[in-house]
Amino acid sequence: MSEPRYVRRFDRVHSVTHIALMLSFLGLAATGMPLLFSDARWAWYLSRAFGGFEMAGSLHRFFGTVLIVVFVAHIARLVRRVVVDKDYSIFWGPTSMVPQPQDLKDLYANFLWFVGKRPRPTFDRFTYWEKFDYWAVFWGMFVIGGSGIMLWFPTFFARFIPGWVFNIALFVHGEEALLAAGFIFTVHFFNGHLRPEKFPMDLVIFTGRMTTHEFEEERGAERARLAAEGKLDEIAAPPPTSGELAFGRAIGTFGLVVGVVLVILIFYAVLT
Amino acid sequence: MRDVIRAATAVAALSLLVGLGRLAPAALEAQDQAAATPAPHANDDCMMCHSDPETTRADGTSLGVDAAKFEASVHGQLGMACVDCHADVATAELPHAEKLARVDCSTCHADASAAFAKSIHFEAREHGKGEAATCVSCHGMHDILPSSDPASRTYALNLPNTCGSCHGNDTLITRTNMQGGNVASQYADSIHGRALKAGLIVAPSCSACHGAHDILASTDPEGKVFRFNQVATCGTCHEGIKHQFDKGRHGQLLAAQDDRAPVCADCHSAHGIQAADTPQWRVDVIRECGTCHVEKLTTYRDTFHGQVTNLGFARVATCADCHGAHAVLPQSDPASPTHPTNRVAMCQQCHAGANENFAQYDPHADLHDRSRNAPLYYTARFMGVLLIGVFTFFGVHTTLWFQRAWREAAASRTPRQTLPAESVLPPPPHAGDEEPKGGER
Repeated sequence: MSEPRYVRRFDRVHSVTHIALMLSFLGLAATGMPLLFSDARWAWYLSRAFGGFEMAGSLHRFFGTVLIVVFVAHIARLVRRVVVDKDYSIFWGPTSMVPQPQDLKDLYANFLWFVGKRPRPTFDRFTYWEKFDYWAVFWGMFVIGGSGIMLWFPTFFARFIPGWVFNIALFVHGEEALLAAGFIFTVHFFNGHLRPEKFPMDLVIFTGRMTTHEFEEERGAERARLAAEGKLDEIAAPPPTSGELAFGRAIGTFGLVVGVVLVILIFYAVLT
Repeated sequence: MRDVIRAATAVAALSLLVGLGRLAPAALEAQDQAAATPAPHANDDCMMCHSDPETTRADGTSLGVDAAKFEASVHGQLGMACVDCHADVATAELPHAEKLARVDCSTCHADASAAFAKSIHFEAREHGKGEAATCVSCHGMHDILPSSDPASRTYALNLPNTCGSCHGNDTLITRTNMQGGNVASQYADSIHGRALKAGLIVAPSCSACHGAHDILASTDPEGKVFRFNQVATCGTCHEGIKHQFDKGRHGQLLAAQDDRAPVCADCHSAHGIQAADTPQWRVDVIRECGTCHVEKLTTYRDTFHGQVTNLGFARVATCADCHGAHAVLPQSDPASPTHPTNRVAMCQQCHAGANENFAQYDPHADLHDRSRNAPLYYTARFMGVLLIGVFTFFGVHTTLWFQRAWREAAASRTPRQTLPAESVLPPPPHAGDEEPKGGER
């Protein structure tokens, strides 16, 4: 068997962004969930494992700050692409995160494949479920981040905002957090990592690279498009080093394990 | 055993002779006045036999009496004779019969006996519970000291141990199904018990709340710890608190003999009373409020305050921080801290810089009550739909994907090498054929 060849899917900034996003999100979920499930026995222990509610609160604000910084840095990068590089492809087209008519077709085709009515569809640079993940983070950043900052500085915001809004802020902060954690730790984990094709995890976000075989199977549309544009050579990449693979596996395992444990605790608390 | 009794009998007979000899002049005097009434026995007569702790009854228990202790006792100090209490052997022939009549304390202590005759201890004895306390259970027998004596069993500092000999005896508590359980250990851990143990004589001991001889069941309307009497009983020491309580809504309900009114022990417990500034108590009492104010507790638990306290941390607002502890007033009362005019000041106790807007925050917001906060109500409905929608859609999506990917992984593992490159995709699915392969894995 010949050595697998690789293509580059993500650059280093993408990987670092995802890792910072992931770690801060795990930290936020772990420090916040004890409050939301304060009835559960594990919440009692977990809140003490973080050194009490004051310390858990400080950590929560720290992770929240990290996540906001990651988000702002990402937006800044997009702005730079548009303003400096005059790259408008982020707004529309096959490499845009903006939902396209093609996404609806992909969704339909994928469901047909699920039920065995057609062969497996292949996708362009971003699939519809990846776009959903992406915009879910955007939505979550505004809902959870916005309400979180309000609740962090209530006396300041109360100068402009009536008290009943804080009731809404508190409510949506917890509810949206539940949605985000529940979604990431089940659906995103499955789509990105745990499904049989990828099990136990897909390292592409950590190493930035995937094999040409995987690329052809999964991103056939992208491959065809790049081939037509004559840009296939541009994405050819050297294989990830053993160090990079080990790092990806370690951090990926950490994220998956913490997330799965948290979602089990959530299920346990909801069901009991 | 028989030898012992024989020896005792011999000693008794001898002492009788000696005793009679000594008493002879007195006996003769008496004979002069009345018909042949023999003189009562003197203490020394009794001690002829009872001074030796080795001397035993037929059942092996000692019949020794410590003369020194008796002399030191309140009765000894009064110069009382053995036969003043053991009246039935006053003039009996010695050695007297083994079984004597029960000593009747009421001969002298008529008031205490009358009080005891109303008590739950007496009642229990009447109902065949022979373990229930009688005079000697608390006071002892020959060594009884006045309750003002620090060595007395009934001295306030010693009383918890005395009562605890039964009310702290787990075997007895279980066997007799004693009300309240091990109240002695609850009391020992309480602020009252700790203060008393530290030597604080004004700390309430058992009798301070329950009375001494006339202890009544907590269900008895005459009793000091009966619901409607509790505030008065606790108020004998906590008088300022009583005044606050009487002014509050709870006190008004109680004055109207309303069964819903909480009394002291409902929140503070009866025996395990904790200092109200301990974190544990601050956190635990919330549940007590919630036994009546169920809906308020539910909505409180939805908030940050309620969640943090639910985790056992006491540094955020609990019920009493906003509503007051004893003088709980309805929100409509201008003196209530939750009255709209007082609310900003109330919030500012913790949240420096809180303003009117801040104080509009509803610490008991109800997601299901549209009239209280319509935007919150609709937000809750929206979030509900969003969560159910997202999880339903992706639940189906994920499940379908999983079964398809599983089948393909199973199918591709066996015939992979023989298929041409294009056919890495599975052959048209025959669910029936492929399922067992997946299932076997």
